[in-house]
Amino acid sequence: MANEKFAYAPAPESRAIVDLAPSYGLFIDGEFADAADGTVFKTVSPSSEEVLAEVARAGEADVDRAVKAARKAFGSWGALPGAERGKYLFRIARILQERSRELAVLETLDNGKPIRETRDVDLPLVAAHFFYYAGWADKLAYAGYGPDPRPLGVAGQVIPWNFPLLMLAWKIAPALAAGNTVVLKPAETTPLSALFFADVCRQAGLPRGVVNILPGYGDAGAALVAHPDVDKVAFTGSTQVGRAIARTVAGTRKKVTLELGGKAANIVFDDAPVDQAVEGIVNGIFFNQGHVCCAGSRLLVQESVQEEVLDALRRRMSTLRVGDPLDKNTDVGAINSAEQLARITELAEAGEAEGAQRWAPACELPTSGYWFAPTLFTGVTQAHRIAREEIFGPVLSVLTFRTPAEAVEKANNTPYGLSAGIWTEKGSRILSMASKLRAGVVWANTFNKFDPTSPFGGYKESGYGREGGRHGLEAYLDV
Amino acid sequence: MSSVVPAFGPDAPARLAGLADVTASDAALRRFLHGLPGVDAVGLEARAAGLGTRSIKTTAKAYAIDLAISMIDLTTLEGSDTPGKVRALCAKGRRPDPTDPGTPHVAAICVYPDMVAVAREALGEGSGISVASVATAFPAGRVALPVKLADTADAVAAGADEIDMVIDRGAFLSGRYMEVFEEIRAVKQACVRKDETAAHLKVIFENGELSTYDNIRRCSWLAMLAGADFIKTSTGKVAVNATPANTLLMLEAVRDFREAVGVQVGVKPAGGIRTSKDAIKYLVMVNETLGDDWLSPEWFRFGASSLLNDLLMQRQKLSTGRYSGPDYVTVD
Repeated sequence: MANEKFAYAPAPESRAIVDLAPSYGLFIDGEFADAADGTVFKTVSPSSEEVLAEVARAGEADVDRAVKAARKAFGSWGALPGAERGKYLFRIARILQERSRELAVLETLDNGKPIRETRDVDLPLVAAHFFYYAGWADKLAYAGYGPDPRPLGVAGQVIPWNFPLLMLAWKIAPALAAGNTVVLKPAETTPLSALFFADVCRQAGLPRGVVNILPGYGDAGAALVAHPDVDKVAFTGSTQVGRAIARTVAGTRKKVTLELGGKAANIVFDDAPVDQAVEGIVNGIFFNQGHVCCAGSRLLVQESVQEEVLDALRRRMSTLRVGDPLDKNTDVGAINSAEQLARITELAEAGEAEGAQRWAPACELPTSGYWFAPTLFTGVTQAHRIAREEIFGPVLSVLTFRTPAEAVEKANNTPYGLSAGIWTEKGSRILSMASKLRAGVVWANTFNKFDPTSPFGGYKESGYGREGGRHGLEAYLDV
Repeated sequence: MSSVVPAFGPDAPARLAGLADVTASDAALRRFLHGLPGVDAVGLEARAAGLGTRSIKTTAKAYAIDLAISMIDLTTLEGSDTPGKVRALCAKGRRPDPTDPGTPHVAAICVYPDMVAVAREALGEGSGISVASVATAFPAGRVALPVKLADTADAVAAGADEIDMVIDRGAFLSGRYMEVFEEIRAVKQACVRKDETAAHLKVIFENGELSTYDNIRRCSWLAMLAGADFIKTSTGKVAVNATPANTLLMLEAVRDFREAVGVQVGVKPAGGIRTSKDAIKYLVMVNETLGDDWLSPEWFRFGASSLLNDLLMQRQKLSTGRYSGPDYVTVD
């Protein structure tokens, strides 16, 4: 399909709305402060490698100080009537909505994801999450966990770089609604939106110490998880780190939720609505550059419609617009870091070396920053690394199946079990498949749809515990 | 498929004849139409809404506005239409913006059959603007076939270049697909002039009455198999007319039809498209679903009346930087 006549002019979102300071501190006990040992790190924009700001790097002493602040704040926060806690959360939700454009631009700058996604997905969901859990704050007695469920205390939370502000919302909103206080460590490549959130907390008049933000690296996360005065650990990230956390907290009183990797199967049957299935496949793997733990990274397509579906998919992939994340017409943005780009590149090369056929649409990638073209591998089998390992990038592995039983068998044949997709016009097949797939979320005729009312979490090595919905409260209550 | 031929060209019937087996009987046609992939409504609407968020600025906007103007079937379909009204519309179509001769003219003037002669005369020779006429007892189509054919032949004889027919929605909804198919074929035949040339045929589905997306996809294939040159969403006379989603679905249908049969068919959304912003959203859908091959008045039209003035106001704003308001475009 030629697209030359109607070329879209650049439509960049202005970054003037974000007032970036040259440096940021840790947010402890309601104040921004330098790290105890004075160390800092730089955060860069992955689309240009421009240094955005210098950020204080938390160490063990800072973790201790933050946990102490959270512990102190817990006394009064946990004792507040739920309705009062709810008011703070509603206020935070409203401020997030009011500042959504600023935060969307900031997130795009720091993370590299397209403004179209931060504007239309991340920020609306962030606010929705706070609104949703604000509503629970005074109704905990009706959540199904007893007449007067109590908070746990101090929650230590470590979040990833793929949805920095949204993962923060998933962690902080239910924790505060239930009456806990939190110490949160954002990822080292995306610390800024969490620090802006600290400002939102101040703007909302949230009492000191209820929310503490500690930008830093893995060592800070490890110290936080291991801190003896932390009652609850919540982590979203890689399975490898998740295992280390599980080992750290084993034998302690700490309650843990882990939301880890995935290698989801997106299963397309021969009676699927093809055009919408193709949209779902594209959204499943190229949304957020494939930096999505529940990404539909394995396409299982029924062999009888393989050619038809793949032709349509290639045609659709050719229309994806890769480039400047701040351009409002960009569909696929930058890879978050050089490290992640190297991992994606390595796995894609392994795919080729193992004999799968690689294809990517012709697309011009920017010369600076970290970029990877949307890529399709056909002829993939269960034995290939690209069918088993989480790539966490815009790379789709296509496998085929002959019967529903074979689809289930292949879909479940993975150490992970976070999500799955089913595409068929047959309602009974959806129900039958959904009951057999070992995945925390099963989408039917859609993919990557999120809602604060819906619990989210994995089977097997994709983690344990659920976030979101009524189920998400359990992780933060003493039940 | 070796090459693509236009639906109105001399080679199209042979291509369609290649699919004679699916239109050989009522049962075969039904099996074929019901064998088309289903449409997931939520997914279709989400895709259309997603394309609606494209941000079209500066040069791209200027291109889109001029293209949209050139694709308009400037329409008046009222009981109160008079020769004076139709002449005014023709003048507007030729020179949409009297202050700027660089403004493209519209694609066609669309009127009832009895106004075709007036429009023909008002446009004169060499205007480059077609006269389109609704026919087949537009908009309800509730008359006998001979009356529909006479209506069509009358409009063609009066000088219509294009015929916008309505399908028998009653027949379609009761599953008499063959009847709808035969009727389109008969109207197509009635479009043929004495000199063997033919008026182009646009087939109106009335999507609001077909109601489901599955029906719209089936109807698209049915009409294209029967020889439609254009498929058109709606009459503009019912509650639901063109929507981004039902138009996107028809764009996908002409894309798939060309892929399968090698015949290119045009698409015309009509009714309810009033602003430049809306028109640009439709052009984005054409661009990203079909590409360059459909981005011309030969293959894509807007059935509209008030849209033109909004496009002109946006066009003036782009060239002057100021928004001058409705008194600076002509009322017709």
